[in-house]
Order: sequence, then C-alpha cells, then structure tokens
Amino acid sequence: MSQAIRYLHRGQLHQVTDAEPTRTVLQHLREDRRCTGTKEGCAEGDCGACTVVVGELKDGGVELKTVNSCIQFLPTLDGKALFTVEDLKQPDGLHPVQQAMVECHGSQCGFCTPGFVMSLWGLYLKHEADGRAPARKEIDDALSGNLCRCTGYRPIIDAARRMQELPKVAFDREALGAALHAIRRDDSFSYTHEGRSFHVPRTLEQAVALRAQYPRATLLSGSTDVGLWVTKQMRDLGDIIYLNQVRELQQVAEQDGMLEIGAAVSLNDAYASVCRHYPDELGELWQRFASLPIRNAGTLAGNIANGSPIGDSAPWMIALGSQVVLRGPSGQRVLALEDFYLDYQKKDLRADEIVEAVRVPLRRDDGLRLRTYKLAKRFDQDISAVCAAFALTLDGRVVREARIAFGGMAATSRRAPGAEAALRGREWNEAALEDAVAALAADYTPLADMRASAGYRMKAAQNLLRRFWLETRPDNPLPAQSVSAFAA
Amino acid sequence: MNKPEPITAIAPAVPDTWAEVGKPHPHESARLHVLGEATYTDDIPELHGTLHAALGLSQKAHAKLRGIDLSAVSQAEGVVAVYTARDIPGMNDCGPIIHDDPILADGVVQYVGQPVFIVVADTHDHARRAARLAKIDYEELPAILTPQEAKRAQSFVLPPMHLARGDFRRAFEQAPHRLRGELHVGGQEQFYLEGQISYAVPKEDNGMHVWCSTQHPSEMQHVVAHALGLHSHHVTVECRRMGGGFGGKESQSALWAACAAISAARLKRPVKLRPDRDDDMLVTGKRHCFHYEYEIGYGDDGRILAAKVEMVSRAGFSADLSGPVATRAVCHFDNAYYLSDVDILAMCGKTNTQSNTAFRGFGGPQGAIAIEYVIDEIARNLSMDPLDVRRANFYGRSDEEGRNVTPYGQKVIDNVIHELVAQLEADSGYRERRAATRAFNAASPVLKKGIAITPVKFGISFNLPHLNQAGALVHVYVDGSVLVNHGGTEMGQGINTKVAQVVAHELGLDLSRVRATATDTSKVANTSATAASTGADLNGKAAQDAARRIRERLTGFASAHYQVAPEQVRFADNQVFFGDRAEPFPAFIRHAYNARVQLWSDGFYATPGLSWDAATMSGNPFYYFAYGAAVAEVVVDTLTGEWKLLRADALYDAGKSLNPAIDIGQVEGAFIQGMGWLTTEELWWNASGKLMTHAPSTYKIPAISDCPEQFHVKLFENVNPADSIHRSKAVGEPPLLLPFSVFFAIRDAIAAVGDYRHNPPLQAPATCEAILDAVEAVRAAP
Repeated sequence: MSQAIRYLHRGQLHQVTDAEPTRTVLQHLREDRRCTGTKEGCAEGDCGACTVVVGELKDGGVELKTVNSCIQFLPTLDGKALFTVEDLKQPDGLHPVQQAMVECHGSQCGFCTPGFVMSLWGLYLKHEADGRAPARKEIDDALSGNLCRCTGYRPIIDAARRMQELPKVAFDREALGAALHAIRRDDSFSYTHEGRSFHVPRTLEQAVALRAQYPRATLLSGSTDVGLWVTKQMRDLGDIIYLNQVRELQQVAEQDGMLEIGAAVSLNDAYASVCRHYPDELGELWQRFASLPIRNAGTLAGNIANGSPIGDSAPWMIALGSQVVLRGPSGQRVLALEDFYLDYQKKDLRADEIVEAVRVPLRRDDGLRLRTYKLAKRFDQDISAVCAAFALTLDGRVVREARIAFGGMAATSRRAPGAEAALRGREWNEAALEDAVAALAADYTPLADMRASAGYRMKAAQNLLRRFWLETRPDNPLPAQSVSAFAA
Repeated sequence: MNKPEPITAIAPAVPDTWAEVGKPHPHESARLHVLGEATYTDDIPELHGTLHAALGLSQKAHAKLRGIDLSAVSQAEGVVAVYTARDIPGMNDCGPIIHDDPILADGVVQYVGQPVFIVVADTHDHARRAARLAKIDYEELPAILTPQEAKRAQSFVLPPMHLARGDFRRAFEQAPHRLRGELHVGGQEQFYLEGQISYAVPKEDNGMHVWCSTQHPSEMQHVVAHALGLHSHHVTVECRRMGGGFGGKESQSALWAACAAISAARLKRPVKLRPDRDDDMLVTGKRHCFHYEYEIGYGDDGRILAAKVEMVSRAGFSADLSGPVATRAVCHFDNAYYLSDVDILAMCGKTNTQSNTAFRGFGGPQGAIAIEYVIDEIARNLSMDPLDVRRANFYGRSDEEGRNVTPYGQKVIDNVIHELVAQLEADSGYRERRAATRAFNAASPVLKKGIAITPVKFGISFNLPHLNQAGALVHVYVDGSVLVNHGGTEMGQGINTKVAQVVAHELGLDLSRVRATATDTSKVANTSATAASTGADLNGKAAQDAARRIRERLTGFASAHYQVAPEQVRFADNQVFFGDRAEPFPAFIRHAYNARVQLWSDGFYATPGLSWDAATMSGNPFYYFAYGAAVAEVVVDTLTGEWKLLRADALYDAGKSLNPAIDIGQVEGAFIQGMGWLTTEELWWNASGKLMTHAPSTYKIPAISDCPEQFHVKLFENVNPADSIHRSKAVGEPPLLLPFSVFFAIRDAIAAVGDYRHNPPLQAPATCEAILDAVEAVRAAP
C-alpha cells in the first residue's frame, strides 16, 4: 500500500501522494508548490542555484546539510525537513546571512544568490555554537558547489565573514528534533504512483529482501549520479530501492585493522573518517571531491559501485588495498576493490546483491608512502582528467611493496602492473623511478575527450609519478609546497 | 492616505550639493535577491492553461533533411502540438542584421543543436521527453568545423574587413627586428546562471505579450512581429531582470521568444519555453574564438614600427553579430598602443557550429590580446621588462601630437594610461615582485612564478552611431513617489540602481523614493540593446533628461506659487527649498498636482559627435575611452600545468563613478570572468562537430577557490572629459581585458623553464594541458 510522502517545510507538514517517484525536489518546489525562490541553473548538481538544506534525525540529534534539490527525488524527503531561502526571512527583516550578502554587495544578477544564501546558512549553522568567523578554506569548501558568473566571488567571501559579526539568529534544533520525531517512521516506507514504486527499507534484512524481490529495481542512495539519469537522460528507472535509510549501512566502524564504512555513509562523513587516518595524503582530495552539497548527498559506496572510469575514490582505495563488502540473500561476499571492476561500468555485482560497505586499511606500517593527486581543469568541483594514487611501502631505501592506481587512464580505475613491477624490490632511486615512468606507457592506453588529450593524460601521469618521487625520495624529499601549485 | 507634510520655516540648510550619484548604494534588488523574492521570467505566476515547449535539435553538423517523422513526438504523453518551419506564419528568420538565421531549420541543418521543430506539451517534462522521439532522416554534407578550415576554404559569413594605415610592408622591411607568429584564442560560453527563457501570452486582436529574458526587448519585438506576420504594435516584450546576460541574450534570446510566440499564436494559449541547460549550450552561440597570424617589425627600444595581423573568427553557421564583433576586434587591435604602419584583416569564418554572438567585450578582447601577445614576445626577444615595452608603445599623452591617432582615425584625447599604469606599478610593488619571482624561480625546480602587468584602453559607444540613443519615462505620482522606466535592461550590472540614482539626484530625493520598473517595449519604444557597456551612459542621460523636464516644470510652478526667483528653488534632502522656506517633496507635489502641473515626462538622449564609415573602417566611433590596468602573479607547476593565481591588483578608470560599489563589483566580476575565458573555460567539439562541453559538469567557469586570496581592485581618480552622465565612464566590458595579466603571468612563469630565452607558444585557454604543452616546447627549444 502506498504511503504519503511526509516532510516539513516552513513550519508545516506537507504530504504528497500524487507525484512521480522521480519528481525532483526542485520540480516539486517550483512547479507544484510555486515556491520559486529556489532556482534551476543546470539540473545536474553542478551550479548550486538549487541549493537547499535538509534536516534529519541523526545520532540522537538533528543533522542539517546542504544538498542540490535538482537531483534529489521527492520521496527521499520523507521524514525530513526541507529548508529553502524562504525560511530565512526574519519577522523584522533579513537573516544575518542575507544581511551580510546585501552589505557586502554579494549579489548582482541575483539568480545564484538563493543557492549561495543556503550554502552560507549551512556554514552559519556550523559555527552557531562557537560564533567563529570561518577561515577562507572553510568558506571555499562550503561554497565550492555554488557558481556565480557576476561577482568574481570576492564580495561573497566577505559576506561569509561578515555574517558572523551581525546580531545572531539562533536556530531551534530542539523544536526541529521534536517535529521530526513526530513524523519519523521506524518501519520501512513504500510509495507507489502509477505503477512505479519507491521503497525505503530501514534494516539490512529488509533491503536484501527487497533486492531479491525486485532484482531489476534501481538502487538509489545519494542520487548524485542516478538523479542525472532522470534529469538529463530521461531514463525510466522503474522501481526504486532507496538504501540511504538502512541503519546498518549508516555505520562507520574500525575493526581488524580496517575502517569499515557503511554504504549509506555520505562522502563527506566517509572522507572525514578516512582523513583522520590519512590527513596529509587525502585532505586535498577530500576538498576537491565534487562540492559540499554533492558530498553531503553522495556516498563513498555509491562512488565505488558506480564504476566510473573517473571516480576519484577508487584509485586511492585500490592503492591502499581496500575491499568492497557485498550482501546478497546467501550472505556476504568480500572482494578486493580492484577485482570488483570488470570493464567499463561493469562490476562483479550480482542482480540480487547490494554493496554493504567498503573497507579501508588503517595505516599499519610507518614505511608507507602514500600520495593522491587529482588533475582537472578547475580546482573546485571538477571531474578528473587523471587521478593518481601511489602507495609505496619502504624498508629503508628499498621498495617492499608498490601499489599504483590511476583513474582516467583506462575504462576503469586500474592498477599499473608494469610500473609497480619496475619498483618492487628495487631501491627507491631515480633509476627505478624512470623505469617505472617508462613502464606506465605500457600500462595504460588513455582516451582523448573534452577533459584532456590522450597525450596529456600519459605525460601528466608520468609526471605525477615524478612528483611522487620528489615528495618521497629518501634523500632531500620536497614538501608539498614545493611541488604543488595549490599547496604553494 | 498619506497626510501632506507641513511647510516648515527653516534656517537655510540646503545641502550645497545633493548627491545621490557617487554613493555606493547596494543593488536596487539586493534584498529581493537574498530573500529569493526577485522575480525572474520562470517565477512569474503562470496563467491558467499555460503550455510548455521544447525544441527538437539537429544531430548532424551539416545535412539535408530528407524526412522528418514526428509521429512519435505527436503521440507522446501530454503533447498538444508539434511545429516545423512551415508552420511559422511569418518570416522564418531571427537574424539580427543579416537574414540568414532560420528560427527552425528548413531543408538543411547547419550545426549539431540547430532547432528543427517545436513540441508543445502540458508540462515542461513532457515536452522535453517528447522532443527526443523524432526520427529524422539526414543526408550528410561536408562540414567545416574550425576557423582555419573556413579560411582555407574562403568560407565566410560576411566579406572580410580590411583596415590599413601607413605602409606596413616598407616599415616592416626597414625595421631593425622582425617577428612572425600565430596564436589561437578560444571562445567562451556566456553561462548566464538563468538560462534562456520566454513566456508568450496571446492577447486580443492578434496581440502578443512576451516575457523574455533578454538584453534587447525591441529586437525581440521585431523578430516576434516578423515571425507572426504582425506589426510591432501588436507585440509587447517585457523584462524585469535577467539572471545574467553577458551578451548571450542580446540577439540569441530571439529564437526562444519567436518559438514561444509562434506556439502561443497558433494555439491561442500561453506557452513557456525554457530550455534545459544542455540544450541552451548546444543551441546558442558563444564568444568567437579567433586565430591570428601576425608579422611585426620593431626597434631596439621595443617600439612597434610595423604591425600586420590576419584574424579569422569562428562565426558559426550564420552572421548573427559576427560582423560588428569583427569590427570591434579591428578597432581594438591597437589596445593602448600607437601603431604607425598597420595592416589588419579580419574574416568571419563560416563554420558548421553554433552561430557565435556577443559576449562582454564583443571582439574587443579578441583584438587586443593579439597585440599584447606580440608585445610580450618583443620584450622577451629584447630581454626587456614587458612593462617597459608597453610603455614605449603607449599612445602619446593627450598633448603629444603625432602619436595619438588610432588606426581608424580617431584622436585619443582623454589618455590617462601613463598615469594609471604608473600608479598601479607603484601600488602593487610590481618591480620588486617581478625581481622576487626571478629569485624564487632560480631556487625552485618544479614550481615557477610569473608576473605581468597589462593595460586596457576600450572604446565606449556602439560602433554603429545610430544605436547610440535611448529613451526614458519618469513618473512622479501625487504622493511624491517616483517611478522610472527606461530602455536599458537589468542583467545584474546595476543599471536600474544607477539610473534611479540619477533620477533621485535630479529631484533631490533619497534613492529609496525612486523605483525602477521592468523594461517594456510599450513604455519606451525603439530601444537599443543593453550592450557595448553603454547602458548607464545612454539610459542614465535619457532618465536625467526626463527628470530635468519635470524639475523645470516644478521650478516654474514653485517660482510662481511661492513668489521666489527660479534660481532660489532647490531640490534636495527630500524637500523643495524656496529661499529660506522648505516643503517636503510629497506635499509640494500635491500642490503642483492641484495646480495641474504635468508630473511625468519622457526623456531622450543621443550621443553626440559619433561617426563611422564601414567602407573605409574609419571615423570617430567612440565617445570616449575607458582605461585600466592589472597586475597578476601566478605560480605554475611545470610537471602538470596546474597553476594558481596568487594575487591580482587592478586599477580601473570609471571616471567619476556613479556608484563605486557597483563599479568595483563589475571590475572584479569581469576580471574573474575574463580569467575563465583565458584559462579553464574550454569549448570542445568532437570530430562529428558536437559540442561536448555543454553543461557545467564539463564546461568549467571559475569557482570560489579561483578568487585569489589577495584581490585588490581600485577605481582610478578621474573625471570623464566627455560630457557623459555625471562624468562617469562605462564599466561593463573594459575590465574583461584586465585578466590578460593572468595569461601573461602564466606565460612568464613558463618562460622561466627556459631561463626566459624562449617565447612559450602558449595558446588560450591556458588549460593545464596547454600550459604543459608550452612548458615542453620551451624545454625542447634549442
């Protein structure tokens, strides 16, 4: 039986029974609710004009995060609270975020502004307790998913600082928590419209049973890729199983030397937990991985399960020897991540299986030298032309183990067997480096596309190996500030 | 009811000058923007029965249409109607100048993305889905995809343009030094955040009202009238604001307006047409990419003695605005430099791609970057600081005869580039920082720093004199509130704020008492595009004229009514002063109304002294020049081509600024936008001629981290010697040339790899790949 989608917006409960399951939150807001403050700029999660904040219960509290409403399907809002630019208006005028934007001349054409305001509000909420003005890097991080074509961003950066200096407007998390408790469902949720169903299991058991029952259903979690199948490719997704609310999949745990990250854990939370262990090695990649709203919605497991040749997580996960945990009716299967990828967007995933978790090895050897490098046209929110991960384990000067993986160089993220062999067991010196550099040319046959030519991909891949050498050579290693323009 | 405020006897506290102009007021819509309450075309409440259209696009770059099977489209869910070229009641053309631009392809398609049919459905989603179901039978024809190919094939949308002065060949042969080279500079997508959109509503007696996101309502009116076979007076086009335009909504909003109006006229129902971003980018034209071949003769001091350039642009399949763009490129090849013997040839290559169009700068940036590239090479060849070479070539100071006439014959009489660059050079610490980059590079094997300072001189006015006119309407209502309407359009640049400031200033009011309304062809007729940076200049003057007419009438009334001499009547501080008495403006207006004074007026302005002879490419096309300069410092990774802008300083001549906050915002925004053009923004077509960078996922405009940590933008203290509106200068386009400094700073950093002995063959956009290519070329140089 179909249940109504229930969500909170502007202090009211809204119930929807007559929308297609793949109707986007943005379409619903603008067309059904005529709530037009939120804008459509691209319908693919890349411009941020549609940014909204979604609130949900998490770990006994309330979590508020920015997402792109243009690629989120309406049923994913069930049990949550939606905040749009209209929510921020104060009885006596503007919210400090809005006031700061006016004072700093942060809008020109104004079309991107509601999205910026919501991203700024997300940042404001983050500093509600400490009242601190955010650092530039944090501002960039919060606004990395918002494009502005008019201002050049300087006044918006000023507004992000200025908003903290204005009289505070407190947000009542307790009231929101109570309201969310009132519409919370403990059991699974199922929504059906014109023969298309949207299932929201709460337990792993329910999820596996649904998968077995609907082997052709589309699995959905963060919607940062699947959303575009609808908005851009106009595919019919059939039935949908939404895995994001499965409790077991929301966990992050450390055991047996591995960090296990549940399939429903957001990319941002996943990178936060991984970067506790590899802060210097993965910190920049975390910041450059899509934008904050995309990382808030998307999941690490989804990025892996997607099997794109250019996903930025697979290279470092393969280089570290990560695993993927699959769950089917007959139980769990654990694969090395590199064995999960068969060919272009082909994975070793059976029709009745779901990805349950990924496992990342914890640092266990002080001889590990790990680096990840991303090459793209733009620093923020861009898809890599090349993404590299190098993991050498050194015994003194000798390479005990070499694991090198690249994205963007083949039909899947893939190891570099020739280059690895050129290094394994060798002294880590310039001769070994140049042998490995030469071997890369045989390891990959990259493609040319709008992101880069084949020639650039190969040259740059080889040069990234040289950069890795400069950073990790036994004698006189160079700091990142000497080899990376972004660290300088 | 507003109660009349009493006349007060006051000590004469008349402000000496009432100045609403010159204040850094926020954008008039800033509050609405941040509240999400500013209404864009898609936000207008839809009328009952509104339908939604989508366009079916060509999949081929050049082909005959053998057959178009639209049966699946017609039968798709929600579809109400499908239209092809033969369903257009009037002319199938939306070309702004030359009539070579069909609204819907007829018989032949000329680029991937060209609209072939319109589908109208009950919802936006249904229309989009249906548009994909057409079965089109193509007979493919050979396609030309690049400007170089077009030049080889002598395939042009317009005849080439030639401007020559002096004797290039002789001067070249006599010059102590000579250089030759080629350069390619890519195009640029406007990427207005609000895509193209039109909403057409049929009115009685064949009328049509179109809400359109456009920089040129009058042209939309003409195109819609022609497409429907109607007169202009049947059609009203309205635009309150755009979510960005940047030139992309000057001529190319017409297609969408026409398709919405054709559908609405045929169905007698309101029809909205809002393309998805991908369709928008596949269909519409962009900034022209240019290819240059140059020959330069120069002296030991770096002074250019002979300059020849052949430039060919990618016009796309039709002329659109390619002619005027090429004209502006020709007129800006000189940038800030005197060129004695010069020979410029400009060609508009006909290619099977989107028809390229206006984009902020309109050919000016494409003209000027070529000479800057040349100067950069001369400096390296002579081991000079490029700033010194630039200085050696600057137009003479205003009183320096002989070196102050442009190649097209206009005398430069307002030159401030010497002082402006000197100030920036000092304020930015350019010389010391340049030395510091050399020291850094000597010790840094991988990362190299570079720095560059580049000037801008930009001609203000439409090249075509007749476009330099504007109209306005100012209403003073009985309660003393003021409404201003003018022919300019608001796209974020703050024209409404500036024009309202001008009106408030004339009437002695606070800005808050003046409201600007939507641009509307039924209010002010025959408007020019809001383009060429002229919006505030033209419409500000027209609104000032209207406000002054009202003020003069009010002065006459006050003089008679209060028995004071006209010169003792002053408007300031929201009051009207009569000698030692004063009355609040609303109360005064009530009296004037009761005395039957006309409280509203039109206003008009035509820029004086302009001339242009297209045949000889000469005249006085510009009312004045705006100037600026910038310094950029970058660090480049010579292993990958990655780079970062470390610091930028810009100084811009806005004359006596109408609104410094808005002007600084324009300079900063143009700087980052121009930097995107020259670095990350790459348009990439595949071998079949399909643009593959047709969404923000693949087309990368600058994002927040690209704004440098140190970004210092200042306005140069100046007063426009031309009688412009309050002696201000235009600001929209000229600052787009300031980030040339970024491009040349990158080139400087690359040159460090070869110890500054070789000219890096860097092309634009300087993507990481283009930078690495240039690095490798320098490394490989002998």
